[in-house]
Order: sequence, then structure tokens, then C-alpha cells
Amino acid sequence: MKDILYNCRKATFLIEKKNLTTISVREQVELKIHLAACSVCKLYQQQSSFINQMVKKHLVKEASQIGSLDNHFKEDLANKIKVKMADEDH
Amino acid sequence: MSVNQNQVVKETENIILAPAEWVNNYADFLYKYAVVRVNDDEIAKDLLQETFFSALKGISNFKGESSERTWLVAILKHKIIDHYRNASRMRSKSITNESTEDEFFEKGNGHWNRENRPTEFSSVSNELQEKEFALILKKCIKKMPALWSAVFTLKHIDEEETDYILQEMKISSANFWVIIHRSKLNLRACLQKNWL
Repeated sequence: MKDILYNCRKATFLIEKKNLTTISVREQVELKIHLAACSVCKLYQQQSSFINQMVKKHLVKEASQIGSLDNHFKEDLANKIKVKMADEDH
Repeated sequence: MSVNQNQVVKETENIILAPAEWVNNYADFLYKYAVVRVNDDEIAKDLLQETFFSALKGISNFKGESSERTWLVAILKHKIIDHYRNASRMRSKSITNESTEDEFFEKGNGHWNRENRPTEFSSVSNELQEKEFALILKKCIKKMPALWSAVFTLKHIDEEETDYILQEMKISSANFWVIIHRSKLNLRACLQKNWL
């Protein structure tokens, strides 16, 4: 118990784990106590969630904003495929 | 009788592969799918090309259990994972400090060290600032050791199941959580340094 109270390494580890899966009841209690006393880790927790939120909002959905392939590349690729198809036929 | 015939036609329509139309029908979609995940235009184009070539070779393996597009996406996904694996193998040779235990915390007691203690980010209050923030975030992801950015991307961008990631990247569960922790510490610090 004393360990987690002062250990920010362990607290931040639990914050990340808790974001993605369930942590044990004991770990939940330890983390809660640590966060009540540690404003730096509280800030870390906020920033970590904010980063996750930005990843979801701007990186995951970004595909729609990426430009399409240029036509030159596409024609070239289509030709390569045709050549390969012809090879397979023989 | 005619109903039966229609069904057969429909079924064969589903399983027909038309490689000559692949570029037209799927190139943009697959390219975008890859770019988001590998964070690099040239690599994404290479993976796209390899995907089509592998698909051509594997045409006889196509069982028609999924649509043409789903089948191509599955092949591309394998290519992306291969790319992650190769990159982390290559780069981990040159990065010896991947496991430097503590650049963030004091050795004994696990307190934040002075240098890396989180402080408030500059504000991100509108859509434009968010986009700039996201841009720096992307650069920070790219700067991480390859295995870390691969695991981070698989979990946070692809939203893959943890078990799948362990299996594909051949890492232990303990190692996975260490990477998740370390990569977030790293990203946060990188953002604090570069988001001004």
C-alpha cells in the first residue's frame, strides 16, 4: 500500500491499463488513493485521456481527409497488374 | 426454377474476382487504409502494390466467403503487420535505449523526476488548434521506437483486440502493458515539448 501511495511510475502504469481493460479492485483502490493525493498524476491522467481522444477524433477518422492516389500512379499500377495477369495465363 | 437460377447467378457474382478492375475499384480505399496505419505515403503505396500482387498469386485460394474488397483488406492487413514486424526488428538493433528504465521517474521511489514531470499543455480550444495538435501527435508517434508505434497504432488506431496484437507481434502480455505505458509516457512528454 505504501508503495503505490508514493509511486507515480506504478500509478501511471495503472492509469494506462485501466484505460484499456479492467484492473483489480485492489489496484482500483490504490490508484484512487494515489490520485487523491498526487496532482501531477491527476494531470497526467487528464492529458492521457485527451491524447486518446485526439487520436480517435483526428487520426482514426483521418482516412476521409487523405487525398486520393494520383492518376499516374494508378495507371502504372493497373498496367503492372495486366502484365502479371498475362504472365499467369501462360 | 428461374428463382434457383437467379440465386446461382448472384452467388457467382459475389465470388467473381476482377483483377483488371482492382485499381479502379479499390486502390484509393486501400491506400488510405494503409496511410493511416503506416504514417508514410511511399510505404503505403508499396504495400498497396504488394497487396494486389499477392492477391493475384492467391486467386485460386479465394473461397468466396467474403467480398472481394474484404478479401483484399485482409491481405493488406497482413502486409501492414509484416511491415510493423520488420521495422521493429530492424530498428531495435539501432535503438539500444528502448528499455532505459527510467527517464521519467526517480530510480528508487518512482516519483516523477523534475525534468519530465507533467505540466499543463498549452490550450487546445478550437478545431484548428486540434488539427495542429494532431499533426504533432502524428510526428511524435513516428519518432517512437518502431515496436512501440506499431503496438500503439494497433491498439489505439486500429482498435484491435489485445490478444490479436500479442499474437501478431509475438510479444508477452507483460511486455504489451509495458509498451502501452512507455509509449504513452513518451508521447505525452513529446507533446509537452513540441506543442507550444
